[in-house]
Amino acid sequence: MSRRHVLDFERPIYELEQKVDELERFGRLNDVDVDEGLERLQEQIDVAKKEVYQNLSPWQRVQLARHIERPYTLDYIERICTDFLELNGDRHFSNDEALVGGFARIGDRRVMIIGQQKGRNPEDRQRRHHGSMLPEGYRKALRLMKLADKARLPIISLIDTQGAFPGIDSEERHIGEAIAVNLREMFTLNVPVIVIVIGEGGSGGALGIGVGNRVLLMENSYYSVITPEGCAAILWKDANAKEQAAEALKLTGHDLLELELIDGIIHEPEGGANQDYDAAATAIKTAILEQLQQFDGKSADELRAERYEKFRRLGTIAE
Amino acid sequence: MAPLFKKPKYSTIKGVTTKKEIPEGLWLKCESCNEVVHKDDLESNLNVCPKCDFHNPITWQERVELLTDSGSFKPQDVDMSSVDPLKFTGTASYKDKIAENQTKSGIRDAVVCGAATLDERPFALGVMEFRFLGASMGSVVGEKVTRLAELATDRRVPLVLVTASGGARMYEGLYSLMQMAKTSGAVGRHHGAGLPYIVIMSHPTTGGVTASFASLGDIIMAEPGALIGFAGPRVIKQTTQATLPEGFQTAEFLKSKGFIDRIVARKNLRQELSLLLGYLS
Ligand SMILES: [Zn+2]
Repeated sequence: MSRRHVLDFERPIYELEQKVDELERFGRLNDVDVDEGLERLQEQIDVAKKEVYQNLSPWQRVQLARHIERPYTLDYIERICTDFLELNGDRHFSNDEALVGGFARIGDRRVMIIGQQKGRNPEDRQRRHHGSMLPEGYRKALRLMKLADKARLPIISLIDTQGAFPGIDSEERHIGEAIAVNLREMFTLNVPVIVIVIGEGGSGGALGIGVGNRVLLMENSYYSVITPEGCAAILWKDANAKEQAAEALKLTGHDLLELELIDGIIHEPEGGANQDYDAAATAIKTAILEQLQQFDGKSADELRAERYEKFRRLGTIAE
Repeated sequence: MAPLFKKPKYSTIKGVTTKKEIPEGLWLKCESCNEVVHKDDLESNLNVCPKCDFHNPITWQERVELLTDSGSFKPQDVDMSSVDPLKFTGTASYKDKIAENQTKSGIRDAVVCGAATLDERPFALGVMEFRFLGASMGSVVGEKVTRLAELATDRRVPLVLVTASGGARMYEGLYSLMQMAKTSGAVGRHHGAGLPYIVIMSHPTTGGVTASFASLGDIIMAEPGALIGFAGPRVIKQTTQATLPEGFQTAEFLKSKGFIDRIVARKNLRQELSLLLGYLS
């Protein structure tokens, strides 16, 4: 039990866990048998966990997706990849560290893996703009994807961003163009592209590395056209309406799967990926290998056509 | 992209509005220069402020008339309409918003698309209509732009889009976002077929439209003073605490930063487009 950061809705569980600690200490100090009490508490914890984690509201999932202890791209790369060879820079302007990527091996597969990387500590967070990419980040991502295309390696793209970086420099170097070019060019890739939203899937900044043959969501991640707060501020004129906005936007994996906007959900350890990095990593690794297998033997033409058709049909209209 | 425009009182979206204290609605106050302008003077000047040259939005009909041979425009998908895929409920229902905007504008959604000619050269034309929900991009805008690009690809003609947009159609959630990918893919196929694509950016072109098909033109033109960007200036200010440079996110600013080929006054737009189509057809 390594809860360091407890979310508001997790308090009932946390309080019971503290009682367990206290009771254990009491038993140790007084040399009495507390097993029966511990057992009872554990039952209560199991009930409380079920109660909380099986009925997560969309807003609670957003909170889990943003959990400061949630595993990030590099945590997954460390656990699921061997021989990771990081590559850097966009060859034009800079090296945006909000996006990391490089060659890697997952199981017996060689791949190109790219992903948005938030920072773990204040300094790291600042350097990586908390996973919000600059134009050069999108250009770096495209350079690596084109390289994968040349090497005929599948591409794994991990999304975890609140959105592209909103800044003067971002606009001066044409963030809109950088994202648009990625959207256009990702359709031309001759290799399988697997996209996984591991945390936050924030609007165009997420989609800019998100045109895949498969788009999967981790169970407690979200994918949305706008943050709940942003939506609440605009449509409700009240940032406090974020819970209603999160509900209305249908941004959870379950809702998006039902709407056929994504292809699947990767289950997380109880309480979220932050509770058990290794288990979360295993789940992702299994999903990636399963997905890649489905593309074995497919021609470049098929891969491109399938990717195009997948996005071509997205939309709801009446004529 | 997402936190785009807080629509009310958005300070840099300029425009000419009727002020109550000015009688009979014949005199309008330009929000760009604050000068009072007679309605007739504005209308006879293609809705460009005669005092400060600000290019106010014009209707899709005016735009079509400006850029095509008379009677040549054959609109397609005119009845295509938005549905409410998320059953969006908040302070207002999406269904009501759609109905209200359809009545107000006389069109079914925020873009009008079709085949046309200019000086007898055929091309595919799409015009975004800012008056319809701020020309936000939902499924209908995405689908119509995509079909227009497909039409242009099939007929092997140039694609011309006159853009304007306040951003995403939040009411359609992720469907709205996915239109960015869909339109970019379709424009990409047109591009892959070796066909030319011209974008004319009008005021304001922002958000998801900027981060998709609007930024992919072989030629990008803009009307003078148009606000063009991805994130809204307010969001940028809030996030970075920076002082925004003079003229930030205007067409002129972006031309100096290498994004825009030409800034074209509305009165010259027809001639320039014709010239371009001549070079590119
Ligand atoms: Zn004026």
